[in-house]
Amino acid sequence: MAEVVLRNICKTFGANKAIDDVSMTIPDGAFVVLLGPTGAGKTTTLRLISGLEKLSSGSIEIGGRTVNNETPAQRDVAMVFQQYSLYPHMSVRENLEFPLRSPILKTPEDVIAQQVAEVAEILQISHKLDNKVTELSGGEMQRVSIGRALVREPSIYLMDEPLSSLDAKLRNDLRVELKRIQASLGATILYVTHDQIEAMTMATHVGVLHEGKLVQFGTPREIYEDPKSIYVASRLGLPRINILPANLFDTTRNGEHTIGLRPENILQGQGKPAQIQRVEHLGDQTRLHLMLEGHAITTIAAAGQDYPAGTTINIEPKNPLFFKADGSRIY
Amino acid sequence: MTYSVTEPTKRQKWFAGTLVILYAIITILPLAWIMMTGFKTPPDSISYPPKVYFEPSLEGYVNLFTTRTRVSQETLENLPPPQNFAEEIVRNRGMVIAGPSKFGQRFLNSVIIGFGSTFLSIFLGTLAAYAFSRFKIPLADDLLFFILSTRMMPPIAVAIPIFLMYRKLGLSDTHLGMILLYTGVNISLAVWLLKGFIDEIPREYEEAALIDGYTRFQAFYKIVLPQAATGIASTAIFCLIFAWNEYAFAVLLTSGTAQTAPPFIPTIIGVGGLDWPAVAAGATIFLLPVMIFTILLRKHLLRGITFGAVRK
Repeated sequence: MAEVVLRNICKTFGANKAIDDVSMTIPDGAFVVLLGPTGAGKTTTLRLISGLEKLSSGSIEIGGRTVNNETPAQRDVAMVFQQYSLYPHMSVRENLEFPLRSPILKTPEDVIAQQVAEVAEILQISHKLDNKVTELSGGEMQRVSIGRALVREPSIYLMDEPLSSLDAKLRNDLRVELKRIQASLGATILYVTHDQIEAMTMATHVGVLHEGKLVQFGTPREIYEDPKSIYVASRLGLPRINILPANLFDTTRNGEHTIGLRPENILQGQGKPAQIQRVEHLGDQTRLHLMLEGHAITTIAAAGQDYPAGTTINIEPKNPLFFKADGSRIY
Repeated sequence: MTYSVTEPTKRQKWFAGTLVILYAIITILPLAWIMMTGFKTPPDSISYPPKVYFEPSLEGYVNLFTTRTRVSQETLENLPPPQNFAEEIVRNRGMVIAGPSKFGQRFLNSVIIGFGSTFLSIFLGTLAAYAFSRFKIPLADDLLFFILSTRMMPPIAVAIPIFLMYRKLGLSDTHLGMILLYTGVNISLAVWLLKGFIDEIPREYEEAALIDGYTRFQAFYKIVLPQAATGIASTAIFCLIFAWNEYAFAVLLTSGTAQTAPPFIPTIIGVGGLDWPAVAAGATIFLLPVMIFTILLRKHLLRGITFGAVRK
C-alpha cells in the first residue's frame, strides 16, 4: 500500500475541462470517497490515476514515484469497474487468477491457488469458482469483480461505483464487507460514488467534486458539519439540508444571503408557525414537510409521533450555516 | 398489424417446418445429383431417362486420379492379373493405368492457396480492424471507405493489368501470387466484418486487463481475440469460400504449378471424352473441405450471419 498524491491535475477532452486543477493527497491506508453527481469528474479522476487516460497537465505520485508516463500495468493499481468487466470467456477462477498470472507479477502456482481461495472465501464465492462468469447473478459478478482486485496487493485500489448496480440488501452487505476488508488489509482505497450513505459509512476522507474541481476534502464529519459551500452541504444529509433566505428567521447579521438548516437542527415548540403539508412515517423516524411563508422545509420528528395534515407547529433554527449570495460559506 | 410475442401455434410450426424442409430439398438436389453421378459408370451417367437407381461404381474416382492408355486386347491378355480394384476397373474398359493424374496436386494447390489466403486475410484483417476500432486514426473513415471501395467493381475488371503485373513480377502461376491476390480481394470484407465484431466487445475488458498487469498486445491476444472468435470464424468461412471457388483469376493466372482445382476439373472433360463421373467425383472431393470447415464452425457462422441484428 502507498500514499497517492495528485498535484494540480487537469484533463481536457476537446474544449471540455473534465478535471480542473485538482490536488489531493490520499494517505496510506485511507479509504477516500469521491462524491459528486454524474459528470463531476469522479470516474475521470480514477482513470487518470490508473493510467487509462493521460493527464493534460499536473502530476500523479504513487508511493513517492511520479507515474505520469507509466502504463497502467506499471502503476501497480487495481480497479473495480462500474459495469462488470469480468472476462466472459473465462471461469470465475480464471478471472480471479488473471491478474496474478500477469507478466509483471508471474506468481507461482501455489501462491495463486492460495490467494484465489482466500479471496473467494472472503467474498463467499468459493462454491462458484468453476462456474462460467456468464452464469452468475449480478451480485456474484460484482463480488468476483471486487475479488479480482483483491487478489493482488497493489499500491491503491480504485473502485468506480462498484455497488451501484446491486439491489439494496446486497449493497448493504457488501458495503460492510468492503469496509471490513479494507480495515483488515490496511488497504488504500479510492472509491467513487454518488451515494452519500456509502460515503458516510465507509470513508475516512471524503472529496467532493463539482464540475471537475475538488471543492472540499476532509473527514465525513467535517464535510457534513462544516461544509464550505451550499453545494457541499447539499451533497450529504438525508433528508437534504434546507436552504432558506437568511432573513426568514431573525438571524441576519451582515452580508448573509442564505442559511442552510439541517433537518435535525430545527427545534419545535417555539419560533415561527409553520404548516404541516405532508408526513412520512419511515419507522425509525418521521419526516415532516412544512411550509413557512412560502418556503418548503423538511424536518424530522420522533418515530411514531402523529401530526394531522394542516396542523401548525412552531419552529426555530439551531446552529444554521450562513452562506453568501455566491453560495460560499461565511460561518 | 400486431405481432404475437407468445409461442407460435402448432400449425405455424408445421408450416415453418414444411417450408424449411422443402427449401432444403431444393438446395440439396443438385449436390446430391453431383455426388450420385460420381458413383455412376460413364454409360449410366449419360443414360436417358436419368438413372436414380444404379449399381455404384468407383470408376469416376479411379478416372479422376489416374491417366490411362488404351491397349490392344492381346497386350491386355498377356498382362499379369490386376493388383487392385482400380486396375480391374480400368482393364474392363480395355485400358491400363499409365500414372497418377494431376488432380491430387491441383487439389493440394487449392488447399494451400485457399487456406493460406484465408489465414493471411484474417491475420491482417483482425489487426487492422482492431486498430480502426480502438485507436484514433487520422482519416479513419476515409481509409475504411477506401478499403471498401476495392470491392466496388468486380475484381475481374482489373484482370488484364493484374495479368501483366504478375508476369512482370514473376508472380504468375505461383502459390504466393495467388495467395496475395485472394488476400487482396478478401481483406476489405475481413476488415469491415471484423471491425463490427470488435466494436461490439466493450473496451472495459481490455482496460481491466491493462490494469491487471498486461500490455496492450497481451490484452488483445488474451481478451479480445477469444471474444472475437465468433466473428473471426464466420469471416474466415466467407474468405475461404471466395478463395476456394474463385475461377476466373485461377484460369487466367495459373496453368501449371499453382493451378487450383476449379480450372483443372473442367479439363478432365477433354481427356477421355465426356467423363461425367470423373468430373462429378472431382466436384464432390472439391466440396468437402469447405463443407467440413463450415460444419466445424457452423455455431459461429449462424451468429456471424445474423450479426448486427441480434445483440447479446
